[in-house]
Amino acid sequence: MNERTPIIDAACHLILLVGAALVCLPIYFVLVTGSLSQQEIMRVPMSWLPGSEFFANMQTVLSNANFGRLLLNSFIIAAGITIGKLSVSVIAAFAVTYFRFPFRMTAFWLIFMSLMLPIEVRIVPTYESAANVALPLNILGSWLGVQALVDLDWNLVNTYSGLILPLIASATATFLFRQFFLTVPDELCEAARIDGASPWQFFRLILLPLSRSNIVALAIILFLMGWNQYLWPLLLTTDPAMANAVIGLKKLMPQSDSLPTWHLLMNAAFLTMLPPTLVILILQRWFVKGLVDSGK
Amino acid sequence: MPARNSTAALPVAAGGGALRLRWPFRRLLLKGDGQAESGLKRAHFRDWRLPFWLLAPQLFILLLFFFIPSIRALIQAFQLTDPFGATTQWVGFQNFERLFRSGVYWSSAQVTLIFTIAQNVLTLSLALLLAFASNHILRGRGVYRTVLLLPYAIAPAIAGIMLAFLFNPRVGPVAHMLQGIGFDWDPNRNSWHALSLIVMASSWKHICYNYIFLVAALLSVPQSILESAYLDGAGPIQRFLRISLPMITPTLFFLIVINFVYGLFETFAIVDATTRGGPAGATSILVYKVYQDGFVTLDLGSSAAQSVVLMALALFLTFAQFRFVERRVNYSV
Repeated sequence: MNERTPIIDAACHLILLVGAALVCLPIYFVLVTGSLSQQEIMRVPMSWLPGSEFFANMQTVLSNANFGRLLLNSFIIAAGITIGKLSVSVIAAFAVTYFRFPFRMTAFWLIFMSLMLPIEVRIVPTYESAANVALPLNILGSWLGVQALVDLDWNLVNTYSGLILPLIASATATFLFRQFFLTVPDELCEAARIDGASPWQFFRLILLPLSRSNIVALAIILFLMGWNQYLWPLLLTTDPAMANAVIGLKKLMPQSDSLPTWHLLMNAAFLTMLPPTLVILILQRWFVKGLVDSGK
Repeated sequence: MPARNSTAALPVAAGGGALRLRWPFRRLLLKGDGQAESGLKRAHFRDWRLPFWLLAPQLFILLLFFFIPSIRALIQAFQLTDPFGATTQWVGFQNFERLFRSGVYWSSAQVTLIFTIAQNVLTLSLALLLAFASNHILRGRGVYRTVLLLPYAIAPAIAGIMLAFLFNPRVGPVAHMLQGIGFDWDPNRNSWHALSLIVMASSWKHICYNYIFLVAALLSVPQSILESAYLDGAGPIQRFLRISLPMITPTLFFLIVINFVYGLFETFAIVDATTRGGPAGATSILVYKVYQDGFVTLDLGSSAAQSVVLMALALFLTFAQFRFVERRVNYSV
């Protein structure tokens, strides 16, 4: 098509420019406000240009508001969720696509069912399960009348495992790997078997290297998801030092009766959104692939 | 265990890839040896010990943190427990009766309905506009896309905090502009202002997701059809409205469902970080109310009953989502 539509071209660029501006405006004000001092914050109207206190504010945020620790927590949680989900899902997908065994489809549907009920709709009992992982044993003990089982108590509140473990079961990731494994040529498995490879060797030496691009794409999505967790850390941390950075931000929100410290909040918000933003910017091609794949 | 090839005559194509989810449970019945096993490789291993250990971690976590809590949520909905957990008694459907008679719950449901619909319309229409524009232009596509994707990286809570700052009546630059033109903006007191604030924050965060899927869908519209329309004299806007848009309806339906799921369940952080359900319950969406009753006011029976209502909604939306996924796959060929 050799079409000339100057007016529509210009309108399209205008639409995209306005869209980009609307995306950037809040981020720009995070940077501006994060670099102002307490006095400059109180001035009305506030400055639209950056101040000079950015690094001083950052220092305050990292030391006084303990954001160094919170960012580390965010990283541990995000990395734990990413690695946990990927490894648990890839082996489960291998099991349901490459093995014939009783209850294969039952196992598959059990995993599928977890897709249907997000954690938001069952927060109270999920919290109770994490507050005492031995809960099912307690119930079993009270039925059987075994006091030793009733007294078991394993509390995950304020622990990394409590923040990570309940979130690593993933139907989406399992499906993604399953779909991919179904497209792998059968000849590869047959050839591996003729060469005397065990199922595990086939998985380690052939299937896993083939899945590398899927793993990278999915890892990005999962890392972003893990970094931005909110509800679960909110429920499961009573100790401020165990919260993640996003929860830390909520604590910095100015309350009506105290001195509004928007500059510290915005500085901390910038620090919190920097790592995931860099991930998206640097790994954009992979990220888009992962997003579109996991939506299918 | 020696691996043995199964009979090569199995009709593999039936199970190859696409999940038939419209009638999922039919699959459970197809288990006989002579029949096709869906989603099983033709070249597969026959062993049950290794797959057991491979599935054990996932299923064990699901059992502890998914199945037991979900079943307990169901049970608790029919029980009444005092806030200290000392006594529990069966009350049948009393929790639901109390819930459906409570005016607060219906107003929360109403807020949720308005919020999810407004968010859906705003997100999808802006994403369509942007997708059309970036599909039309030739130069600078990559740069625009990079910028438009940024909100995906940003946590919903941060999106909420940023907009709460911009629209803060005392310090926010945008709020000052609104006040400058004589608009009495105050989301801390006016419930419509508060509601529009969380609508804007959740759309700001979610437009990029819609945009990616729409751009991908627009690229898959066959060039030959668009070219023949061009030869018939259709301009870019006409081609978009008459050809591209009808051809990507499966994607649109899919995104509408996804946006409802997002609005219902994933906007908790936005509400909690900005308005906390206020003023006077004006932004207390259903998910936020479950949390409030379960953890703040400790009305466990009511919270559990609300959980069950939300579970039903989530189940319905999941099935809707997979119906559209299936249609989308057939369509895009």
